[in-house]
This record gives sequence, C-alpha cells and structure tokens, in this order.
Amino acid sequence: MADVEPGPESLGVSNGKIGMWTFLVMDAMTFAGFLAGYARLRWSPESGWPNPIETFGTLGIQVTAANTFILICSSVSMVHALAEAMNDNLERARTWMLVTIVGGLIFLGVQGFEWTHLILDKWPYLMEVNWVADPSGALQAAMQSIEQHGGYDNLNFAATFFNLTGFHGAHVAVGVMYNFVMYLGLRNGKITGENAELIEIAGLYWHFVDLIWILVFTFVYLI
Amino acid sequence: MSTTQAKGFLSPSTEKAEESFLWYLKEWFCTTDAKRIGIMYMAFGVLMGIIGGALSMLIRIELMQAGPDIMSDTFYATLPGMHATLMIFFFIIPIFTGVANFVVPLQIGAPDMAFPKLNLAGFWILPPAGFMVLSAYLVPGGAPGFGWTGYPPLSVQASMGADLWIAGIILVGTSSTMAAVNFLSTVFNMRCKNMTLFQMSLFTWSLVVTSFLILASTPVLTSALMMLELQRTFPAAFHFFDPAGGGDPILYQHLFWFYSHPAVYIMILPGFGLISEVIPTFSRKPIFGYPVMAWSMIAIAVLGFVVWAHHMFTTGIAVEVRMAFMVLTMLIAVPTGIKIFSWLATMWGGSLEFKTPMLFALGFIAMFTIGGLSGVVLASVPVDIQLHDTYYVVAHIHYVLVAGSVMTIWSGIYYWYPKMTGTMYNEFWGKVHFWLTTIFINVTFFIQHYLGLQGMPRRYYDYAPQFEWANTISSVGSFILFAAQFIALVNLIVSIKTGDEVDKNVWGDGTQLEWAAKSPPAHHNFEGDMPVWEPVDRSHGHDDEQAQPSPAE
Repeated sequence: MADVEPGPESLGVSNGKIGMWTFLVMDAMTFAGFLAGYARLRWSPESGWPNPIETFGTLGIQVTAANTFILICSSVSMVHALAEAMNDNLERARTWMLVTIVGGLIFLGVQGFEWTHLILDKWPYLMEVNWVADPSGALQAAMQSIEQHGGYDNLNFAATFFNLTGFHGAHVAVGVMYNFVMYLGLRNGKITGENAELIEIAGLYWHFVDLIWILVFTFVYLI
Repeated sequence: MSTTQAKGFLSPSTEKAEESFLWYLKEWFCTTDAKRIGIMYMAFGVLMGIIGGALSMLIRIELMQAGPDIMSDTFYATLPGMHATLMIFFFIIPIFTGVANFVVPLQIGAPDMAFPKLNLAGFWILPPAGFMVLSAYLVPGGAPGFGWTGYPPLSVQASMGADLWIAGIILVGTSSTMAAVNFLSTVFNMRCKNMTLFQMSLFTWSLVVTSFLILASTPVLTSALMMLELQRTFPAAFHFFDPAGGGDPILYQHLFWFYSHPAVYIMILPGFGLISEVIPTFSRKPIFGYPVMAWSMIAIAVLGFVVWAHHMFTTGIAVEVRMAFMVLTMLIAVPTGIKIFSWLATMWGGSLEFKTPMLFALGFIAMFTIGGLSGVVLASVPVDIQLHDTYYVVAHIHYVLVAGSVMTIWSGIYYWYPKMTGTMYNEFWGKVHFWLTTIFINVTFFIQHYLGLQGMPRRYYDYAPQFEWANTISSVGSFILFAAQFIALVNLIVSIKTGDEVDKNVWGDGTQLEWAAKSPPAHHNFEGDMPVWEPVDRSHGHDDEQAQPSPAE
C-alpha cells in the first residue's frame, strides 16, 4: 500500500492505483513506438515483407495461438486470485496466484523454444555472422549467409519480431516476478483481505501485458 | 526540539544528524521529503548547467575568430550535442522537476508527494545518467559527434561513446517518467479540502499538463533509442534505420521528434505556469482569464503532439504532409498568444512591484515573444528549407530556451527562494543579475538571426571570414552572460547565511497555499491540521451579487 494516504479531494481510489494506471500509459506508449516502427518498416512500398504464415508455418502459428491462450488463462486466474483475496480466502488466493505464475512461466518457456527454433532453423545467419569481429561488414555477411540458405526477403521481419516479442517477453518476466512477490506476500500474511488492492494493482499490470500480447500477436503473426 | 524546528525541513530530524555533518548529509541523500528532493534536483541541475555552460563557452571561444583556434574539429563536433544534452536533459527538465517537487505539494496542501520513495529513486537515477553521458569523453573514440539528435546513420557508425550517451538518455527518460507518474498521482489524489481542479494554481496545472506530455512522449524516445542501440550492438540482425538492410533512417527522425517536439513544451510549460504565479503576485491582481490559461496549456500540449514533422521539412517527406504540419505548427501560436495577452492583461491596471522575480517574468514575456515569432517564421515550409540547420535555428531555440525557460527558472527560484530557505536574497545583486542576463542574452543570440539569414550553418567548426565580426559579438556576449550567472549563485548561497529572515507571506500578496506555510516549511509542509482551501471566484464577469459583499460577511 502506498505509504501516503489520499487527500480529501481525491479521485476516490488509492494512490497506488493511479500510479499504476499512469505508468501503464507510459508503457503503452513505449510499445506504441515499437509498433509504429514496425508498421512503418512493414507497410512501406516494396518492403518485400514476407507473409508471416510462410515463415512461421501453420504449426508455428498454432503453437503461438495456444501460448496466447495460456497467457489469457493466466489473466483469468489472476482475477480469481484477487476475488479470493478480497473474500479473505487466502489459501485459495495463493493457489490461484501460483497458477498465474505458472501460466506466465509456460508462456516464457514456449517463447524461448520458439526463439531457439527460429534462430537455429529459420534465420541461421543470426548465428553464422561474427559481428563482433567485424561490425561494419556484418550486414554484407548476413546477406551472403541468407543467399546461401536460399534467400530471404526482409531482414527487418526477424528484427522487428525479436524487438516486439523480446520486449513483451521482458514484460512477462517482470510480471512473473511481480506476481511471485505477491505470492510471497500472501504466504507471509502481509497481504490479506484488507490490502487485497495490492493484488488488484499487480493484476492491472498483468492484464496490460496480456493485452499488449494480443496486439503483438495480431500484428506479428496473424496479419 | 524548538531550535531544530526553527529551520523547518532544513533542520536535521535526528539527534545524530544534529551532531555530525556527515549524518546530516546522509539524511539528505536518503530523504523522502519532496522539498529536500526538490532542492537536490535543483543543485544537480545547476551543476550540470555549469558544465553544459562551460561546453558552450568552448564553442564560443572556438567560433570567436574564423579558422581553427584551440581545439580539433572532431572534438568540436562533440560539443554542440553534449551542450544540448546536458542543458535539456540534465539542467532545464530536472530544475523544473525540482522546483515542482518543492512547490506542488505545498500548493495543493499535501504533506508530501504520493510516492515519496519513488520520488527519491527517480532523483538518484539522474546523477549516474549524467556521469554516464559525460563519461563518453573518457572512452576510446571520445564522445559522440552527432549532435543531440543522434540521427542514423551517423549514430550507428559512432564509436563506443554513443552507447554511453544512449544509455544515459534512456535513464533520464526513466527518471522523468517516474517523476511524471508521481506528480499526476499527487495532484489527482492528494489535494486538500476544496482544492478542485479548477481551483488549483496555474503552476500546479502546468505540472499536470507537463506530466501528461512526459508520459506520452518520453517512452517513444526510449523506443527509438532502444532500436538504435539494438542496431548498433547487433549489426547482423537489426536494420531498423539502415536502407541497405530494408530499414528507414527517416523512421528514427519521426520517433525522435515525436518525443523531442513535445519536449520543448515539457521545457516551457512549467515556466508558463511559474510566470502565471509571479505576475499576479507582483501586480497585486488575480490572474486574468484563469480557465483560459489552464485550457490554453492543454491546447498547447495536444497540438504539441501533432507538429513534430516540422523538424523534418528538408528530409523529403511529402509536400502535403509538410503543409499539414506547417498549419498545425502555426496554430500553436494561438494558445501561446492567449497566454501572453493574459499575462499582459493581468498587469494592466495592477499595482506593479519590480522585484527580481517580476523583472525576470517581464524579460521573459518580451524575449519569449521574439523566440515565438521566429518560430512562426521557421514553421513556414519555404522559409524553413532556406533556414534549416543555420544559425537562425540556433537563435530561435536559444530565445525560447534561454530567454524562455532559463529566465522563468530564475524567476521561480528568486520567487520561492525565501520560502525555501527562510531568508531573503540580496535584491540589488538580483537586479544586477537580471539586467546582465537580459542584455547579454540579446547580445549573444540576436545577432545569430542575422548570421543564419546570411547562411552560416550550425554545428560547423569554421565559417567564412565575413561572419567573423558577428561571431565575435556573439562570443563576447556569451562570456558575460555565463559569468553573470555566477552572481546569482553567489547571491543565493551567501544569502542563506546573511539574508534577512522572512515571514510566511514574503511578498505580501501571495495567494496560493505555499504562502500559508512557514518559511521554510516544516518536514511535512503544514504543521498540525491539514489546510483547507478557500475557494476563489475566478470569474471576470459583472455579476453584481458576487461583486458586492453580502451583509452576512
């Protein structure tokens, strides 16, 4: 709980909630910057942007869709955790919180698997080019490597993919830690029905991360 | 305890700190008191301002005469960018944050900010960021020489110093968004009884608007810089801004200016708010057109988001786009004009008192108008194509940032100095400082309009000999301008010890809540009961019933 109490003319919510909402505005604008960059690179004339389904394959997109479903489910379990905490059912709240954390971890695991697969199998130039030794020749070396592996249309398809999913993945990782702190709070008895709002605030962040993923998934995988 | 309470928040709050100076210092560094954090912001801002000013002195020494003088061209190339970075990110923005940290909780009648620890954390991100940016001079390859804009491809090719610069700027952005989150939560949730939004002081209003600007724009700069850093670090994989790899260098400029145009309002709106406090106090009249003053700030902020491409008129973007951005840019003159005329109308018929803060406010109005007008000139596409990257732009930006932001900062610091320290500064030296500053701002920068119109490019190490006389005038002016600032520093520091002690409402006509607190205020601003605001009738209408005191009063 925020250690300073709201004043008499407050908006009727706690400081913490306003703080989280304003933080989320800022975070949303960071993603907006990346997505604007993505849009500009993709929808410029002759960008040669590949169709995502060709790169990821139908199976790849289905795996990610399942992953999306897991992330959404972890949002649902977050709501359960809050509801149980508000009713002072701390045991159950703890279990639901654990489910949320596991959901986040599964999401990260699948994404790690996907990254590994893409780097090793789809975009081998990422591993072949030694950019540390020769940064200025890196682009040319990458082009050559791509040529050897049968050609590829736009380097920025992979670049924006890593940028968007990586930044989102970092958010999920932070969210998992955040939720874990909440879980510890429930276990230590520091979070009870009275200050269940702490879980609500953590939930705001978690749902936001979920929402951003829907956007990223749509833009990067589906359209 | 009574002796320690006499100096309010300046007095040590524990016995250990009373005995040992080191403990007292530690108490400051670890404080969560917004007033102390505000003062630390200001001290840090002044320090960085001195370094940034020293860099500009190097520029002016080099440019005083045509031809190479005291430094190499590669070193010179780092100076304009570093000067701008320090002045924008580490001087003007933190100083406003500092003043606001001190004043906003007082003005809304709150004991502190909504998140005191976040406040402290936000401040302590700043010094490492500043040293990170400066340490670019120490690494192999030296500081980046791409100006403060960091356009690719130059910024992609730049040496290691650029990585430090990028990381430093991302950290500053983080710090200022933390402050913005805090200000919004504070203002929306911590106001005292009867302090509705349209009862707030205009300075507090300006901070609300500025915080929204920071929240919505700074992260976009972070995105752009992160993309730039990815491209620098992993050149085989990322080609966002590299046409050879399918990227687009103009994309960086769009993202950069989407932040950096609102950033100029981040740097001037708190100044507007501040002037709206100073002028009513020293005119002994309520501010003219209060609601319009608040709404015009909102209008400036909203328009500020849709004008960024006027920095990019020469990049070859479509002419229709340029026309749209030109019209939108010129529209900003309307709310700004409303503010200027409302300040003038506030003074009209008032009983004016020309103390130092008021002088700075008046100097600001006069000179900011010059900067605003040259802005309108630059906004028109054909003229801008001619003047782009010339000294005309340098003159414009310095009229709005030095004659604008810095003058308002001085106005605000003189205005609230007695509240901060409980002592009065030396009025004579304050006036000397004002006149030297005002005169030599014009000596330094006015001639640069001429240089720009004649075609002298900015950021150049050398220039054609016919520009020499004007450059010499500008250089001499800048030396005196820089030196004059130390008068103020000495005045303000010495006056802590020697100044007369002041009471609550120093100027006699302050109407906001900070003047109801002790000078200097106690640790939690208002002792005892929470303050209650008496609603002010802001209307300028001729409602006779309201104008006449009712019998009950």
